[in-house]
Amino acid sequence: MSIDSMFVHKMWDDKELSKMVTGGIPFPMLSDAGGRVGAVYGIYDEDAGVETRGKFIIDPEGVVQGYEVLTPQVGRNVNEALRQIRAFQLVRDSKGTEATPSGWQPGKPTLKPGPDLVGQVWEVWKTDMAF
Amino acid sequence: MGEEMEIGCARPTGGPVGEPVETDEKKNDKKIMGEPKMIKVGQKAPDFTAPAYHKGKFISVKLSEYLGKWVVLCFYPGDFTFV
Repeated sequence: MSIDSMFVHKMWDDKELSKMVTGGIPFPMLSDAGGRVGAVYGIYDEDAGVETRGKFIIDPEGVVQGYEVLTPQVGRNVNEALRQIRAFQLVRDSKGTEATPSGWQPGKPTLKPGPDLVGQVWEVWKTDMAF
Repeated sequence: MGEEMEIGCARPTGGPVGEPVETDEKKNDKKIMGEPKMIKVGQKAPDFTAPAYHKGKFISVKLSEYLGKWVVLCFYPGDFTFV
């Protein structure tokens, strides 16, 4: 979503993005002319008249599970976004019985929060697992 | 997802739908408007409708139509920039 019109989105997809992604962008490219949606999400830069690089992960209930906002000069990390979504999905599937510690990647061990884990995380999680 | 739209000369816009997140008479007070209000994790994402371009069609997208799915809502400063 950006303040560009959907017509500009089409031009961008036609002229450039379809040369990077076969078939063009597969998801809807949303237009927020005026920045009203961005303002509600807290990422519209009124002075510059554009939206900052805000990314919101929304779960199937419509609840915001996480977000990240960067200034325009720095791009995001798609792999990190995918990792976060997989972590949120795992936690949700476990109904909150599992948690994903720092540096968790799909397939790596999770933590099972509970009284037995308090003070014992060092036994199951090592600092090199954060990287 | 989303209905196809009739395309006219006017630029279509969307906006937040449902209950306003913040309503007060001070809305026109520049000082207050200037303060960014960040939404909170663990709370409902504000619903909205927005015109969109999707695979050759112009459509209208409503966030709440995606209930039941995981959604990544991604804002960026402008077309022809990176993401």
